[in-house]
Amino acid sequence: MKILVAVKRVIDYNVQIRVKEDGSGVVTDNVKMSTNPPDDNAIEEAVKIKEAGKASEIIAITVGEEKAQETVRKALAVGADRGIHVKVDNILEPLAVSKILKKIVEKENPDLVFMGKQAIDDDCNQTGQMLAAHLNWPQATFASKIEVKENSLEVTREVDEGLETIEVNTPAIVTCDLRLNEPRYASLPNIMKAKKKPIEQINASDLGVDTNPRIEHIKIEEPPKRKAGIKVASVEELVQKLKNEAKVI
Amino acid sequence: MSVLLIAEHNNKEVKPFTLNAITAASQIDQDLHVLLIGSKADDVAKSLSEVPLVKKVLHIDHEIYENYIAENYTAAILKHADKYSHIICSANTFGKNLMPRVAALLDISQVSDIIKVISPDTFLRPIYAGNAFATVKSNDEKKCVTIRPTSFEAAETTGGSAEIEKIDAADQTENTKFINREEIKSDRPELGTARIVISGGRGLQSGENFKLITDVADKLNAAIGASRAAVDAGYITNEHQVGQTGKVVVPDLYIAVGISGAIQHLAGMKESKVIVAINKDGEAPIFSVADYGLEADLFEALPQFLEELNKLNTIQK
Repeated sequence: MKILVAVKRVIDYNVQIRVKEDGSGVVTDNVKMSTNPPDDNAIEEAVKIKEAGKASEIIAITVGEEKAQETVRKALAVGADRGIHVKVDNILEPLAVSKILKKIVEKENPDLVFMGKQAIDDDCNQTGQMLAAHLNWPQATFASKIEVKENSLEVTREVDEGLETIEVNTPAIVTCDLRLNEPRYASLPNIMKAKKKPIEQINASDLGVDTNPRIEHIKIEEPPKRKAGIKVASVEELVQKLKNEAKVI
Repeated sequence: MSVLLIAEHNNKEVKPFTLNAITAASQIDQDLHVLLIGSKADDVAKSLSEVPLVKKVLHIDHEIYENYIAENYTAAILKHADKYSHIICSANTFGKNLMPRVAALLDISQVSDIIKVISPDTFLRPIYAGNAFATVKSNDEKKCVTIRPTSFEAAETTGGSAEIEKIDAADQTENTKFINREEIKSDRPELGTARIVISGGRGLQSGENFKLITDVADKLNAAIGASRAAVDAGYITNEHQVGQTGKVVVPDLYIAVGISGAIQHLAGMKESKVIVAINKDGEAPIFSVADYGLEADLFEALPQFLEELNKLNTIQK
């Protein structure tokens, strides 16, 4: 069984975002970038399935600018076998990314495609479901547990009401939630080994996919700031303030 | 052209967030039709028809829709999509799972999780966990939009009398099977719609200690939330998680206990009207968004808090 895992390079989750003054976007120069957190869970799960002897090959793929390759390299260091980097110059919408991934799936014929449920930059939560739609494959989103069966997966999904379990026949798309597993760190020898693993580079423009943006970003701005609060000295004062000043209890 | 809203329900009742999405959808276009896809959900059809903002209810009734499966819903929606300018649903796990599948098959770039309708093609949406707001204009002819429910009031549920039109089911997928759903039943208000939320974080140190939170929640008739750290540590189950990848809550009062205030947690609660933080680390980022901060050991503060609440003659419920 072959697993394709899609990863995205985003601003690190610990970085405090700064909005550009001209309203054109957020500052990314000299800002720490890393792999989108739930994409790490996606890689980890694929590696675990391979270690359990149920997968033969893991391919890590990213769609992005030159430096996005770092995310693929990181995936190789934790256990992916080879990488694919689809090069684009601008930021693509999930619809365009899903069309690119479809082309790669048609070429590579994986049995499973894993990715994070959502990227923490645009917070769209679309790509996996869109890819599933293009391929007419079943989708299992927000996965917190995956059991590999013969020709199917049993997936537990985190939903608003609690947990839901579905069974999807393979080939299938799974989008991974943060509690699916605990992503491992790459060991130094594995980081060295990963440098020798192949990453195929493909220009998005060679795939014959329409990647033109459909959505115009008119303005990016800072959200309204909360006005500064106060510190209270005691529980008693807190309760009085809530009762008499804020009038919420 | 009219707009089509996809209802979330359990074949007995409309889920509350659908009512918030109805409000948003009616701001896009008043000719609002609701699509109900279900099995023996006549009661749901009736209650949707009584929502004054709804002009028409399209009801697909078939046993294949007894459980919500995105693939089956998508096929049903696509059968009727061409008559509508917008397809809309709530941006909770229901809509997030469903809408991109619909959008992709219509070749539409979806606008996710909007918090404001500026015009029928222009919307405001948070990005980077709410640390930036983007004004976006969709240039697709038809639009797929998901609504952040807590940013819109719930629609009135009585007084309307919309027509209910029965329409045909679509084909069923062979490749996805529903197995079960573990719903945690609780007498407490729902996290997403509660007037008061009290949340615990890693500072609670164990699942047992969450009792300190539940005692206060009982007193205030509050919903119980949690930080990702507390859920990851197994102190409490996932449906309590508040944050960028959990639930977004906008209660009148949010009480954060033993929560440091990571960016991703703030994303889920910082629009709350009044925020209280109780934390022993005076430098914790949670204090930067708190209206009232109490620097204290939660194991002393929570029992005292309960005691002070008990002294009050009345508590708003």
